[in-house]
Amino acid sequence: MLKVNGQDHPWHPGLTVSALLQEKNYIFHAIIVRVNDKHIPNEEYDSTVINDGDDVQAIHLISGG
Amino acid sequence: MKILVNEIAQEIASGSLVSDAARLYKNNADLFIRNGFPCGKDVRLEDGDRLVLIKKGDMPKREELEHLLMARHTPGVHERLKNATVGIAGCGGLGSTAAVSLARAGIGKLIIADFDVVEPSNLNRQQYFVEHIGQPKVAALKEIIQKANPFAEVECHQVRITPDNVAQLFKTADVIVEAFDLADQKMMLAEAVQKQMPDKPLVIGNGMAGYGDNNLLKTRRVGNIHICGDEISEAGPGMGLMAPRVGMAACMEANQALEILLGPDPRIREFIEQDKRNNLNIDKTKEERC
Repeated sequence: MLKVNGQDHPWHPGLTVSALLQEKNYIFHAIIVRVNDKHIPNEEYDSTVINDGDDVQAIHLISGG
Repeated sequence: MKILVNEIAQEIASGSLVSDAARLYKNNADLFIRNGFPCGKDVRLEDGDRLVLIKKGDMPKREELEHLLMARHTPGVHERLKNATVGIAGCGGLGSTAAVSLARAGIGKLIIADFDVVEPSNLNRQQYFVEHIGQPKVAALKEIIQKANPFAEVECHQVRITPDNVAQLFKTADVIVEAFDLADQKMMLAEAVQKQMPDKPLVIGNGMAGYGDNNLLKTRRVGNIHICGDEISEAGPGMGLMAPRVGMAACMEANQALEILLGPDPRIREFIEQDKRNNLNIDKTKEERC
């Protein structure tokens, strides 16, 4: 089990950031991801594997200012 | 006893009243501010007090203006803000308002960056005036800031902010305030700051389109990122941006920058404790603090 934005989400071996965003249906194109308080650059979403128990924060950025 | 009168240390007899100090140091004063709060002239002064004497309507000399501007601050706060630098990335609805607010609060230096010029559709929510149309936003904003606080240093960069120049632009900033309009730009800055300057606090404005729903706007912190806004109301076709709600988000960003620089306000913590003891049931403490 992991935490995604504070909520429980099931974990499976080999889960990447990209796959997790798909599973959560986080299809926004402007998103910032932090895993265990460490920033994951956009280009590393496919290669970054999430471990069981990790704390994932996905911040959706939206237009306006 | 020793007191500060208009920021100058003075020795005055114990038990003196505000009116005694006024007679000695500014006979025509008609506004008395003691330790950041207006008071009557019959108030008794205490050792260490900071007293500001003002004659309403008088134009002060430049050398005395700075402490008069900051007379309503909590003692000790101005000195800390005076030494701080805040970077403002974008000078639109968020950036122009946050910058003016921070300058009024006494931030010593602002680094403002925006490539654009002022155009008429900016005036519905940005700090500019009709006379600024056509001027670079950074130049117009510097003028407005220095009309409010001539002691704020303003470093202007009329450039498009990119991952290649962000570290150079903001390397001396203690805090960066993200103040773009478009989500892509917000992401570009957040990615670049986290990659290149991971220890730099970044305040982001996220979600403030439309009007009303004051209480949806909030602040939360994720690592070094501080997010201000409702995180849901996106600007787009059919969903406009208006001065009050954008201004709220901008001032939340400015306020968060102050908290990053100064730490949480200890007096507000005391008021929360006092409120709990008085059992007034105004529960401001349920919200998680950032």
